[in-house]
Amino acid sequence: MNLLSHSVLAAGLPMAEEGAHAPVIAPDMGAGGVFDLLWLVIALPVLGAVLLLGVAPFLPSSLRAVADKHGHLLGTAMAALSFVLSLVLFLALVGRDAESRQVGQQLWTWFETGSLTVGMDLLYDQLAALFLLLITGVGTLIHVYAIGYMEHDPRRRRFFGYLNLFVAAMLTLILSANFVGLFLGWEGVGLASYLLIGFWQHKPSAAAAAKKAFVINRVGDIGLSLAIALMFATFGTADFGAVSELAGEASQGTLNALGLLLLLGACGKSAQVPLQAWLLDAMEGPTPVSALIHAATMVTAGVYLVVRSNFIFDLTPVAQTAVVVVATVTLLWGAILGCAKDDIKKALAGSTMSQIGYMMLAAGLGPVGYPFAIFHLLTHGFFKANMFLGAGSVMHGMNDDVDMRHYGALNKAMPVTFLTFAMGYLAIIGFPGFSGFWSKDRIIETALAENLIIGILALIGAGITGFYMTRLMLMTFFGEKRWEKDVHPHESPKVMTVPLIVLAALSVLGGLLLFNDWIVTWLEPVTGHVEHHEPPLPAIVITLIITAVVAIGVAAAWFLVGRRAVPREAPQDVSFATRAARADLYGDAINDAVVVRPGAALVGGLATFDRVGVDGVVEGGSSAVGGLSTTMRRVQNGFVRSYALSLLGGALLVVLALLAVNLG
Amino acid sequence: MTEFVKPSVEYFELWPLLAVFGVACLGVVVEAFLPRSIRYTAQVVLALGGLVLALVGVVLVAQRVQTYDDGAARGVLAVGGTIAVDGPSLFIWGLVLALAIAGVLLFAERHLDGGVSAFAGQAAAVPGTDAETASIAANREHTEVYPLMMFAVFGMMLFPAANDLLTMFVGLEVLSLPLYLLSGLARRRRLLSQEAALKYFLLGAFSSGFFLYGAALLYGFAGALDFASINEAVRNDVGSQSLLLIGTGLLSVGLLFKVGAVPFQAWTPDVYQGAPTPVTAFMAAGTKVAAFGAIMRLFYVALGADRWSWQPMLWIIAVLSMFVGAVLAITQTDIKRLLAYSSVAHTGFILTGVLGLQAADQLAVGEISSVQAVLFYLATYGFATIGAFAVVSLVRDGAGETTAIDRWAGLGKESPVVAAVFAFFLLAMAGIPLTSGFVGKLAVFSVALAAGAWPVVVAAVIASIIAAFLYVRVIKVMYFDKPIGDGPSVAYPSVLTATTIAVGAAITLVLGVLPGPVLDLAAVAGEFIR
Repeated sequence: MNLLSHSVLAAGLPMAEEGAHAPVIAPDMGAGGVFDLLWLVIALPVLGAVLLLGVAPFLPSSLRAVADKHGHLLGTAMAALSFVLSLVLFLALVGRDAESRQVGQQLWTWFETGSLTVGMDLLYDQLAALFLLLITGVGTLIHVYAIGYMEHDPRRRRFFGYLNLFVAAMLTLILSANFVGLFLGWEGVGLASYLLIGFWQHKPSAAAAAKKAFVINRVGDIGLSLAIALMFATFGTADFGAVSELAGEASQGTLNALGLLLLLGACGKSAQVPLQAWLLDAMEGPTPVSALIHAATMVTAGVYLVVRSNFIFDLTPVAQTAVVVVATVTLLWGAILGCAKDDIKKALAGSTMSQIGYMMLAAGLGPVGYPFAIFHLLTHGFFKANMFLGAGSVMHGMNDDVDMRHYGALNKAMPVTFLTFAMGYLAIIGFPGFSGFWSKDRIIETALAENLIIGILALIGAGITGFYMTRLMLMTFFGEKRWEKDVHPHESPKVMTVPLIVLAALSVLGGLLLFNDWIVTWLEPVTGHVEHHEPPLPAIVITLIITAVVAIGVAAAWFLVGRRAVPREAPQDVSFATRAARADLYGDAINDAVVVRPGAALVGGLATFDRVGVDGVVEGGSSAVGGLSTTMRRVQNGFVRSYALSLLGGALLVVLALLAVNLG
Repeated sequence: MTEFVKPSVEYFELWPLLAVFGVACLGVVVEAFLPRSIRYTAQVVLALGGLVLALVGVVLVAQRVQTYDDGAARGVLAVGGTIAVDGPSLFIWGLVLALAIAGVLLFAERHLDGGVSAFAGQAAAVPGTDAETASIAANREHTEVYPLMMFAVFGMMLFPAANDLLTMFVGLEVLSLPLYLLSGLARRRRLLSQEAALKYFLLGAFSSGFFLYGAALLYGFAGALDFASINEAVRNDVGSQSLLLIGTGLLSVGLLFKVGAVPFQAWTPDVYQGAPTPVTAFMAAGTKVAAFGAIMRLFYVALGADRWSWQPMLWIIAVLSMFVGAVLAITQTDIKRLLAYSSVAHTGFILTGVLGLQAADQLAVGEISSVQAVLFYLATYGFATIGAFAVVSLVRDGAGETTAIDRWAGLGKESPVVAAVFAFFLLAMAGIPLTSGFVGKLAVFSVALAAGAWPVVVAAVIASIIAAFLYVRVIKVMYFDKPIGDGPSVAYPSVLTATTIAVGAAITLVLGVLPGPVLDLAAVAGEFIR
């Protein structure tokens, strides 16, 4: 631990010595041209959501039938248009000088009072540009996929309305030029996530999962809201631009507090330990939702928050250390969960948690890590969306069964799904040449250079990734058929496989972003320039070691899973470690013991006190049917008296407190 | 003993106050001399006319009023220094009048319950007797509610503008007595209503006693009742410190009782539940606005120099109110009780703003002041509350309003507009961005933080997140849960209630999206005069 903090300190210190801050954000407010249409990127999906959710229910029934039948096309079109616009904007941004690739747009002044000004401002820079492409691009593909996946759902129009609402909120989160706007998007994606996890509300498990996600995310939101309040109190503003300029003037304690509070917010949204428990349950939502929200975009918002707030994190080694510790624990935690789950979506969710751990780790390493955090975020967006949609395709063919013990030998029955899934698989384990190879390799390499222990733990995580993904692959597509009766797997329709093919291509080719260090150079004006530390070994050796460790993981899976027959029922006589992993490493039990039960006891106690001690007549009054005399008698029998007693007690308390504070 | 000098009455500045008082008295005359058939129309027109007249007066006075004394604040001390017509007074008058207009519209609603208002046909008839049956059969209704309400509005305007303890006490009583009576006038569930009124009256009288005793002690301390003299005495540290502290404590009890702060909140759920819903709506919004105006004036003007001694007490009460309100609201099964506990939590949030008081020279130029933050929060709270209770009055079954929360299941399907509007009000109370509640919370939290009350702000953020949970729970019931039996039905309101709800929702939205003008107005309202 000592070694760790020391080393991270060392990573942060050279910058402090040189007095170099993270780059100040100073967008060009009058860029004009296509940049004037920035707001439209958000407005298009908003329009879609309003039409599908707000207008359609009030149409006359004949028109509403049309809306129900074709509404999904409108939703998809809005996402696609938004993508086209993002692409045009991106090209326009590339066309500008490297120094002036920060464009702002002022929509309106949200509120202004004295020195406190919060604008509805947008900021489009190199970081936002990449996110825009990811969100709208992958978002559009998932919209297309969902047309097929949700075909027989009677509430498909509503589903697409929620999806559009989500995309709009996510874009708001990314494009806002201040923390308040970011918070608006943050709450918006939370709301959309809540609605979509609970979309199949007839399942009690879905409703419970939605509630759990909501509650845990609120804990994270405490962190973010306090951070914003603290920013207002310290800097008088929450604008990225102004805060990035003033951050150096704040006291170290304030910066530490800001960093830790922001980290708490990031933990909630990105399912990092200790706020990780909701993500596996969130798989109750329809699979396109898992792919879009709980893999590719929303859950990475925490990483975005850390990278975007680099002007704070760069100045607070304490918070950076905390980020690194949380990230390392999570990347192992998620990987271990992934090993034990038989539910294909939950195994993938464990993997998502673990991969976000990698991104967080990179983000915690400071300017050297930021570009790789974003790089891995993008490649992960491709291959994880690919695999979730692939899992959805499998479920589609298997009558919505999610238990991998009932799969097997699907490579023949679903060739397109198999091949595309395999691309995602090779990408995530880091098979040389595939996108995940480049991005994960760089993170582990940087981690090793900064801190040996963290680097080795990340390396072990890569090996476990190789294990659980191979296990998933083998159980699903190879081995013997273990299908349920009456299940006849078939390939999914074109509308579902085409997005799979596109995403598979991206999973393979995503590494091109690193060609000639493009993404590092591209992001440098945002993340700041810093000299890399020399890794302990030559880069090529590290790469070989990583590949060897992954190969060990894959081989272990082959010997433990691939060569044996997979039992159709999960064996019960397993080691303690397996049992712990199956139980989510007792995450729920810990939450239960630490938070839920004391909380429930508090509520119960207060309520009892309220009912018995003070509030004598909660329901009594409404059931009173006797004459006025009955009421009077009850009144005189003490209820008002007990109220009055509490009033007297309160008065005594107030006076005594005043006297004690001042005369004591 | 100085000779009695007849005070001058500043008729122009007091015009809004006098208009409301005059209309209230006229209403009594109308009740006595006009035939029953036209009383309803006459009373509604008279009340609305008086309120609009007063509102116009507020605007005119606000434009004309000059800077006071040394020029820091604008305002006039009227009637021999007993009433302060200054920025905060005018802001609160305007707010109370706007809420009262909405209240009159709700009082006058007759479409929801088969052509009669929400008030008892004959309050004197014992429930369950022939007299009551006869009064129901004759479709009678009490039109005295309008003059009663006007008197309450007069009290709500006098209370926060009072510049000495006696006037403040008079304001307190004038505001309270009509409300006690109005609470007992429900047409349905009369026993519950009468019980609520009786409780409210007894406890209110008790708390008034505390207030009066506190006033006496402060007189003992300062030798005067007006706030400027008390302020002088506090500043110069003359008189007995214990008298000052005990007096402050007892005055606080009387004031905190009115806003329903913990531990003086016990009456709130019972009275909110028992009172006719239009009365609850008006009372919940108006009383809180007026009483917080009075709290700020007492603490800032009279006791501002002594703020180190009362701020810790308010810290504790604010935190208690937020937590007790938010936590107990979770276990409620009745929507009106839930809103009552939520109002207790809001009291805590507003107190968070109140304790953000800093001396003027500690404020950075243009920094948001605690008065501004609290005034803005009151505006957001007032309209969201009156709108939410107006929606509650729409959801009914055969026996009147359906206030059991589980009976609201499926409302989202049954009447999407009503459910959506109610959900919007709840989100505003939860403080979700793009609603007024968010900006209000941000304002009060940031002033408290600037004044160094960060423990309270941390508690407030946590409490607001607990509270958000309970609002979302109601939304979930409306949209996700299966209806029990045939579910509630939504009565179609007349244009009166519909307008109130629409205006409340519109203001809640506008204050969330473009809060600038109202924040500026609250800033212009500026500081108290002394």
